[in-house]
Amino acid sequence: MSVLATVRPDDWNFPLFVHVLGAMILVAGLVTGAAALFFARGDAKLLRLGFWSLMLVSFPGWVLMRLGAQWIYSKEGWDKVPDNLRPDWLGIGTVIADAGGLVLVITLIIGGIGVRRLEAGKSSALLKATLVLSVVLLAAYVVAVWAMAGKPG
Amino acid sequence: MRASGPPRRIPRVSFDQWMLALHVLAAFSLVAGSTLFWVLVVAVRRIDTPDDTLRLGPVARVGNATIGIGMGGTIILGIYLAFAVDGYAIWDGWIIAAIVLWVVGAALGRQVDEAFRQGPRKALELKQAGENGPNAELLALNRTSRGVLLHALTSAVLLLILIDMIWKPGA
Repeated sequence: MSVLATVRPDDWNFPLFVHVLGAMILVAGLVTGAAALFFARGDAKLLRLGFWSLMLVSFPGWVLMRLGAQWIYSKEGWDKVPDNLRPDWLGIGTVIADAGGLVLVITLIIGGIGVRRLEAGKSSALLKATLVLSVVLLAAYVVAVWAMAGKPG
Repeated sequence: MRASGPPRRIPRVSFDQWMLALHVLAAFSLVAGSTLFWVLVVAVRRIDTPDDTLRLGPVARVGNATIGIGMGGTIILGIYLAFAVDGYAIWDGWIIAAIVLWVVGAALGRQVDEAFRQGPRKALELKQAGENGPNAELLALNRTSRGVLLHALTSAVLLLILIDMIWKPGA
């Protein structure tokens, strides 16, 4: 139980704040983007709103989250700990953050092409793929938040 | 001594760790709802027709749902954790500060909701009257500066709660 109530050294707080704030912005952008894309039902304005939410909210959030993660990772000294001694929660968080970043970039590329096609009067199929990928990303990041907060293992 | 057998593949998570994880997820839900409304605040500033105003309704309802889950989850699980976790007490200064900020945020949030409901209400009235074209009064209601100010204050309160939760002053 005492692990839950651990108070960190003061100089860990700001990197942790940057990491958590970035993660919150990332998840917020995914929720907003997915909601706008889901309820658009072919409406060009809502489809664009969904894509730009992912681009201008989620992506900067991911960058902030990842910078904060690396900062707190080195502050806490995990870079000096052998791989086999690192806890499960750290592994889960790192894998989802990095793989999720790659999927987010792919999502933005597909969405960007989808918006251009939409403006050219073509189908919005690529933005449906963007919606599916953003929901998958959202689910993955919920697992990552659960792992980082609950610290299994 | 541990019983012999294959190593456990699924890491163990205690009940209180679950509660902490759900408390944090509720905080994420709260910030997601608040950010969603920032996106809508920006989007609605250029909207002057009833149809376009009402089209944002379902997205706003997602924001209301995430804020509801976030507000309920943070306070209920937060108070549970204050009692359950050794080393924390409900009368700790940083916990009292968080509860006070939560109450202030809830009160401000209700006023934000009221300010931004006026646009969709007007849009519905116009639509029922058969007026579907651009309307200056609707645009003014959608651009409510009172609503923007109150939402900025609510966001500042959320930021203060996050800072309080991480720094835990006095803990």
